[in-house]
Amino acid sequence: MEYFLTEEEQMMIETARNVAIEKVKPIREHYDEKEEFPWEIVKEFAQADLCGVYIPEEYGGFGKGIMGLVLVVEELCKVDGAIALTLAATALGTLPILIAGNEAQKNKYLPDIASGKKLAAFGLTEAGAGSDATGMSTTAVKEGDYYILNGTKCFITNGGEAETYTIFAKTNPLRGARGISCFILEKGMKGFDFGKKEKKMGIKASSTRELIFDNCKVHKDQLLGKEGHGLMIVQATLDNSRPGVAAQALGIAAGALDEAVAYARKRVQFGQPIASFQGIQHMLADMATEVEAARALLYATARMIDSNVGKPEKEKKRTSKESAMAKLLCSETAMKVTTNAVQIFGGYGYSREYPVEKMMRDAKITTLYEGTSQIQKNEIALNLIKESAAKNK
Amino acid sequence: MNIIVCIKQVPNTTDVKIDSETGRLKREGVESIVNPFDEYAIEEAVRLKEKNPGSKVTVITMGPPQAESVLRDALSKGADEGVLVCDRAFGGADTLATAYALSMAIKHLGNFDVIFCGKQATDGDTAQVGPGIAEMLDIAHVAYVKKINNISDKSITVERLMEDGYDVIESSLPVLMTVVKEINIPRLPSLKGKINSKKAVIKTLTAVDIGADEKRIGLNGSPTQVKKVFTPTQKTVEGEKFVGEPDVVASAIVAKFQEIGIV
Repeated sequence: MEYFLTEEEQMMIETARNVAIEKVKPIREHYDEKEEFPWEIVKEFAQADLCGVYIPEEYGGFGKGIMGLVLVVEELCKVDGAIALTLAATALGTLPILIAGNEAQKNKYLPDIASGKKLAAFGLTEAGAGSDATGMSTTAVKEGDYYILNGTKCFITNGGEAETYTIFAKTNPLRGARGISCFILEKGMKGFDFGKKEKKMGIKASSTRELIFDNCKVHKDQLLGKEGHGLMIVQATLDNSRPGVAAQALGIAAGALDEAVAYARKRVQFGQPIASFQGIQHMLADMATEVEAARALLYATARMIDSNVGKPEKEKKRTSKESAMAKLLCSETAMKVTTNAVQIFGGYGYSREYPVEKMMRDAKITTLYEGTSQIQKNEIALNLIKESAAKNK
Repeated sequence: MNIIVCIKQVPNTTDVKIDSETGRLKREGVESIVNPFDEYAIEEAVRLKEKNPGSKVTVITMGPPQAESVLRDALSKGADEGVLVCDRAFGGADTLATAYALSMAIKHLGNFDVIFCGKQATDGDTAQVGPGIAEMLDIAHVAYVKKINNISDKSITVERLMEDGYDVIESSLPVLMTVVKEINIPRLPSLKGKINSKKAVIKTLTAVDIGADEKRIGLNGSPTQVKKVFTPTQKTVEGEKFVGEPDVVASAIVAKFQEIGIV
């Protein structure tokens, strides 16, 4: 399919592909098996300038928007969906600063993230607050020039490894959704510690940890946006970051499809390659069509988001619905395609000797984090109803 | 510090076809890449630049206009400037004429402290051009360098790979080094490097630009002329077998050696 990518977009893909094939592929089983954090590859991402593609040039990035992020994440995830998450989850943790940060905050944090010197993480989820973020119990109580944070976040990607954290806490528990605020925290702050590391089904190279705040004193300069605007920052962040998860899912799916086609041509049963059987052919045809449809929706969504850059607030299009659609379709496609890839590999597909079982395990998370598929459907439906109501006033 | 890297465009394949008429490599229709050994030279030059701020890496190649692509490749990996020595008059050059043309181009560029080359090219495998350039520039050279230990304004200490270990060599500057693959792990191109290399203007130098003597370039300047390329037919010679008691056999063999003049 032709997506009319610019020359620089093609260069981003090429750069990412080189790193994925030369550096990531040889060590992907090791990190999956050992569940270690892939710092050696983070350095490769940094050296290849892949960490800051979506960050504006004035802060040391390449200014290639969400489309840039999507292309890089997709390409890396064709080879490994977990290691690329170091970069994608950093984008999630960085977006609140890009969206709501003042100049001082942007200048302080973005250049080191763009260069790949530091990773970031996003802290919203708690044990009792998953799909319902307003149910969080972490509090930030103002005392003079400081906020005192108490509480525990869980399932935080890049937890313990990142230097920069965007953390959500209740500054006014009585005001519900309007009582949540966002802060920038740094690793090593007094009262900020790391807890349990999750043992997961997939994305094992990625670190998923608890963040513990015990009377952690945060200066008011670290508040992102206004007090009480935290949930608005969450929504705006997810509108921009869900295409990143979608790209991860799409990359995994595309990688599994490539593996399945190659294997079907090579594997001989009943005296002929299994690719000559129509049953296998139809499965491959469905997989390829699903991957391409998912890609088309994702790229169109990313372009729509990027078209808002530089426009006055009033003229910006809301993209919550499209972002949710792209994430829903790409992640569900990833699950279907990787499951079918394992099916085509047969018993070998279930073996860790071949890469497709890992792809299936890695794919599953994309239907869960940054909103489950069901939450995406809520978002899409809510927007449909709002749009209809606006038309039929 | 001014660093020059000489690179070559080679076919990206191990089974190169040979033109039976001319006896030369058939380069048409084969994708060209940077000679793999030159990748180590580029990387070492860029590392040297990074360690000595204010340095500049210039990559230079002699070849047809298409050879520009290998220069851009080197730029994407951190080199600063690309120079293409390109003229029909250079066509058909052997290693002597190539070393002459490159040395003249380097003289034309002027200032240089260190010149890097790969140890040899994967197509011709002669390993002659690097040292040849150094001779023509009348500077020191060290071949098969596997490590740079130290470099100052005036001298450099390197390790030269040998069959049975390595030599530590100190040389004055300027110096030309040919490097082996043990010296580093070449980096992959960065996005910034790719974008810059696309925009970069490649400088082209002709035979006239570099003031080359026309008798010393191209076919005219090449004493090596390919007459014919062939696979030698295997000769089978009937051997002579000595059988019997050891002392008898031994004297028979010695007698035979004397007869054919070995001893």
